[in-house]
Amino acid sequence: MDSFEVAGRRQEKVEILAIKGYLDAHTAPSLENALQELVTAEKYQIVINFKDLAYISSAGLGVIMGFIENVRDHGGDIKLCEMNAKIYRVFDLLGFPKIYDITDKEAEAVKKFNS
Amino acid sequence: METHKQTYRLKIPGETENLELIRSFVSHIAQMGGFDEDDIYKIELAVDEACANVIKHAYKGRKKENIDLVIEIDFNKLTIIITDQGVGFDVDKILNRDMKEYLAQMKVGGLGIHLIKSLMDDVEFKSQPGEKTEVRMTKYFVKDGKIEGKQSNE
Repeated sequence: MDSFEVAGRRQEKVEILAIKGYLDAHTAPSLENALQELVTAEKYQIVINFKDLAYISSAGLGVIMGFIENVRDHGGDIKLCEMNAKIYRVFDLLGFPKIYDITDKEAEAVKKFNS
Repeated sequence: METHKQTYRLKIPGETENLELIRSFVSHIAQMGGFDEDDIYKIELAVDEACANVIKHAYKGRKKENIDLVIEIDFNKLTIIITDQGVGFDVDKILNRDMKEYLAQMKVGGLGIHLIKSLMDDVEFKSQPGEKTEVRMTKYFVKDGKIEGKQSNE
């Protein structure tokens, strides 16, 4: 069953990962691999677009937590955007909006890296 | 009082690939029970977190062991009892964790129990190191902003 997809693209110096479907403990390794590839290639300006994500459990949040420190240590960030209300609530319940940069629109997240 | 309790049961191998099936099962029953979309999502996520914890921590990737889910729908609430055959854990140690400090340290994992407690109305863990764990969580039907039939301790 293929219920989760990650599609990567680049906009100027920013790497964008568009995620789609259901992100749980089973599918989280796909996101982990995609982030690992970027970090291995020393790409530290990352935006994750949640527009087509229908579901997230803490396993998905755990993946982002696992990379953020390393990425920030290298002067970059993982910015999150375009979450629907249900997804945002999961981040909110765990206090993530205080620690992570979450924007409504992808363009806004990309712009923050360029400003 | 006459009771209308209905019980549903699912026994399923503790593998992450079954999480989607577990969520569908729980979501379907919560829907039949009359919960709204918002509560169904909360129940689904809480069960996912509890089962993912069993697979990751209790079974540590061992495949053939089952997770046992019992869902009881009563007139005012839905209760889910999840039992594993795992190694148990120190409940107090996990429940008393300071989430603010935990997040500040950027530690991976361990977020599930905090989420379960936020999403459900009552949550009870029964576990001892070396023994199986039972998680019992309840969601009450809410009507007009009031929880139907829940006894208040206040």
